[in-house]
Amino acid sequence: MSAPLSAEQMAGASPTAMPADIEKAARRVERRQAFSAALLVLPLIVLIAFAFLIPVGLLLFKSIDNPVVAEGLPETLTALQSWSPADGLPSDAAYTGLKRDIEKAKAEGTLGVIGARLNQDTPGARSLLQATGRRLDATTDADPHQAFIAIDKRWGEPEIFGAIRNAGDRYTLNYYLNALDLTRNTAGDIIAKPEGQRLHINLFIRTVWVSALTAFVCFLLAYPIAYLLAHLPARRANLLMIVVLLPFWTSILVRITSWIALLQKQGVVNDALASLGVIGEAGRLALIYNMTGTIIVGTHILLPFFVLPLYSVMKTVNPNLVRAATSLGASPFTAFRRVYFPLTVPGIFAGSSLVFILCTGYFITPALVGGQNGQLISNIIAYHMQQSLNWGLAAALSTLLLVMIGIVYFLYTRLVRDQR
Amino acid sequence: MKTIFRIFLGSIGFAACAAAAQAEGTVTVVSWGGLYTQVQTTSFYEPFGKATGITVKSEDWNGNLGQIRAQVDAKNVTWDVVIGDSAFAKKGCEEGFLEKIDASVTQGMENDFLPGSITDCGVASVVWGYVIGYDERKVQGKPASVADFFDLQKFPGKRALPKRPESTLEFALMADGVPAKDVYAVLATPEGVDRAFKKLDTIKSDVVWWEAGAQPPQLLNDGEVTMAVSFAARLVGPILDDKKPFGILYDGMLYDLDTWMIPLGSPHKKEAQEFIRFASAPERLAELATRAGYAPARPSAIALVGKHPTANVDMKQYMMTNPENLTNAQRIDAQFWSDNLDDLKERFNAWLAQ
Repeated sequence: MSAPLSAEQMAGASPTAMPADIEKAARRVERRQAFSAALLVLPLIVLIAFAFLIPVGLLLFKSIDNPVVAEGLPETLTALQSWSPADGLPSDAAYTGLKRDIEKAKAEGTLGVIGARLNQDTPGARSLLQATGRRLDATTDADPHQAFIAIDKRWGEPEIFGAIRNAGDRYTLNYYLNALDLTRNTAGDIIAKPEGQRLHINLFIRTVWVSALTAFVCFLLAYPIAYLLAHLPARRANLLMIVVLLPFWTSILVRITSWIALLQKQGVVNDALASLGVIGEAGRLALIYNMTGTIIVGTHILLPFFVLPLYSVMKTVNPNLVRAATSLGASPFTAFRRVYFPLTVPGIFAGSSLVFILCTGYFITPALVGGQNGQLISNIIAYHMQQSLNWGLAAALSTLLLVMIGIVYFLYTRLVRDQR
Repeated sequence: MKTIFRIFLGSIGFAACAAAAQAEGTVTVVSWGGLYTQVQTTSFYEPFGKATGITVKSEDWNGNLGQIRAQVDAKNVTWDVVIGDSAFAKKGCEEGFLEKIDASVTQGMENDFLPGSITDCGVASVVWGYVIGYDERKVQGKPASVADFFDLQKFPGKRALPKRPESTLEFALMADGVPAKDVYAVLATPEGVDRAFKKLDTIKSDVVWWEAGAQPPQLLNDGEVTMAVSFAARLVGPILDDKKPFGILYDGMLYDLDTWMIPLGSPHKKEAQEFIRFASAPERLAELATRAGYAPARPSAIALVGKHPTANVDMKQYMMTNPENLTNAQRIDAQFWSDNLDDLKERFNAWLAQ
């Protein structure tokens, strides 16, 4: 305020000067507001970056990161550079290099990790490397080639060297090949896996199918519930809302176990049907430990995720529109079909996407109630994360799942947009 | 890249930091949970606290090795002692996420352990095993061999099997006439694997697959299955405590040693080793065996096993080390599975999904 007035302000009378000045001031205020808004969301951005984007990115990076053999057996790989399995056994230099690499790995304690990596492609490589590591000594210096073969005859076959070379790239697409049921032969060409070992593609398809079916069943159940919620008087609607949210208050494991008690052969549902004479003792229904079980339990767990977005959309539909349609001669059904339903499509879209995406990631439910049909791709990912510790394959499968969901979501958005 | 990954893992472990910053004189022991951990608490943890003043903090896990490796990779180890399959101790030692255990821990006891109990990174505690349990109300007559488990004509009804190739393939081969001691030799050949899957095909549509050890006794109890491959002690509990009409068939039993391990970089390594030595005392092991039916890995402890406190039954008959139970039994071959699990698991999953 104590600042000297500018010439323009002194002139005062100029009609254009004032707005320009105000504009500038307004822009300054806006900038400050934008800055403080950014500051307010900054913690969220940092949280998302550190707790979500960076970890997910790093984990997905593991699907091509392949340092173990490249760093663990460098001399062997150098010697194998110009070798191909068609040439038969590699040169003595490869054996000498392998001996030095194994001794170094043993000293550094990394031999087990290298063995574990090779074992992913070649059963038995783990113990082969361990046993070789134990038996190598100075006496093997003279003729490493013969010494290796004396330790184990597998060192006298080109396959193991082909496997080492296949696993030796610093960055690899092999995890993706495996995730797509492909593999490399000893020569390094990409081939389909043998019939009995193709697994992942079937499971991807099944995952999409089960998730889509669950989303559809959720839709059938959620639509009437959401409609009721949106049209009941507030007090009763609140009560109903509590009922909808009730499952969230219970542990998922407890809910699954309760379903087992209800649905199993000697469970409540079958007992009731049998005592009513609807089914005979021999004809008790198999409602659990199969795909039916997965879908029933999945629907129950995910239903609230469909009801809530649908409800929020239905709440905003103007009731006068339906009234207008009926007053213009539409039957109640036509009014619903032509007016009300299309207005709730965004809610159906939101609900079904939410349920579908959550369902693709569920693995506890199918593991416990799915039986042999209940394995989904997420179960395999969990296995490789937790048990086999093949994080590369787990990351490749996760990336493919992410891409697949992205594609399904994209197609679905297009479909819904065309509908409208 | 590696460092960034470490930082990321570190940030995951951030929440666990509070737990890591425990006062001196605590040791975190991780076990399988359920009745087993309850009895371990009264047989090992509490007496250890009384004897040494070191508090045992008990945590549960379900054999998820990724949890140990993530802690070690992040250099933020919060577990001091973990109990698990002997295959874990072997894998963890080879891949370098377990501490080597000092010879002093088992000093003076070396000759009083079952063979293969003491390895570089593991000290065995008890013997556990897969056996066949059956519902005496539903089964006509008495199943006598593994082959009966696969015989749907003679013993109709559903079966429960673990959803994993380890043990399932062995049972299939034994049912197909392979003696327990030759199982791994046969399974090491491609024809042997085919033979096992072919045998499993014969009951595939009548199998309920289980994931958690608590499931098979539950499935038997609910009448969902008439026979189940189960962890032995999970059947002994219901039989003795709840008087369930379950029978146990020891033919074809597959057993292994539940083994103490120390994650690499445990902040209380000294206390952890002290704990393992304490928990290996024959009296401690015998107490656990008497209450829960797990056979001690030390013969001198087996001799001390007495009568169940409430059921008044001599617990020696339930010991997996009882010679009568060992007539056709095989120790699970950790070496075989560490070489072949990657491959056979894939094939098993593909077979299941067919």
